[in-house]
Amino acid sequence: MSLSQRGLEFIDKLDKYGGVTRQWIIKSEEETSPDYGYLPWKRPMNEYINMGVINLDKPPGPTSHEVVAWIKRLLGINRAGHGGTLEPATY
Amino acid sequence: MKEYVCLMELHREVEECKLREVINQFVGKIYQRPPLRSSVKRTLRTRDIYYIDILDIQGKWVLMRIGCAPGTYIRKLCHDIGLVLGTEAHMRELRRTATGPFKEDETLTTMHELSEAIYLWRECGYEDLLRKVILPAEYLVSHMPKVIIRDTAVDAIAHGAALAVPGIVRLHEGIRKGDVVAIMTLKGELVAIGEALMSSDEIAKASKGLAFRPLRVIMKPGVYPRCWGKARS
Repeated sequence: MSLSQRGLEFIDKLDKYGGVTRQWIIKSEEETSPDYGYLPWKRPMNEYINMGVINLDKPPGPTSHEVVAWIKRLLGINRAGHGGTLEPATY
Repeated sequence: MKEYVCLMELHREVEECKLREVINQFVGKIYQRPPLRSSVKRTLRTRDIYYIDILDIQGKWVLMRIGCAPGTYIRKLCHDIGLVLGTEAHMRELRRTATGPFKEDETLTTMHELSEAIYLWRECGYEDLLRKVILPAEYLVSHMPKVIIRDTAVDAIAHGAALAVPGIVRLHEGIRKGDVVAIMTLKGELVAIGEALMSSDEIAKASKGLAFRPLRVIMKPGVYPRCWGKARS
């Protein structure tokens, strides 16, 4: 399997995950060079972590902000965010 | 798109058929004013409720799965359902079960699993669990239409240039002008989020022209070689 075949297979996997059923319009057949860039799942760990997302089941106690701070410290990274907080369940 | 499972408590019991009828009225476009305790401006605004599935009814307790647009206050929704029913009601518990493409599936992980995975990586050099717990950021755009570009077009986009038709290798059908898309390499790397200047059909037929403009560049410049600019052989 060529490099771009592997890349396109990953993109098809993304489409399946995101519920995208669109067909492709193919303008040309091209190859990608192994000399630069990475297949996303093969990035070296430090890059993989910085270009990553975690589907986290957050425990109910700490705030999203606190959890992000923990994760930054645990992973040794400077920048991380979260996908939004929940409204408080009770007044 | 967000999905929640919510437990609502009615202040009085009602007949099930009336409850179902009233809840159905809240599916579609509704009005909402954010509650006092919120960080947004308290203007009356419309929100889309895509579906409300009643999972269980036990006396005054109603368990519902709700699919809605971001920025919808479920607590306010329960309050308003109570008003229309005439019983008054409030939200007791809330769990968000989906955000965009992310749901409660095999990718869902816990702080426990994450710290375990980090330990195995740092102390034992074992990467597999951490690579399972952390997904490539490309999953963030998995629900969006995608445009795949050739290697020689990547660096220009990484510098904020618009994407011209010749740089496009393939694209999803059905993209309309103004749609937000993910611009990616043939390896599947996310380069940028862009806005369509042409439709998929137009791009299919065209051999030139500007097709997408970057809204947010993700990939750092210099990862792919520079193939643009005046000094070229």
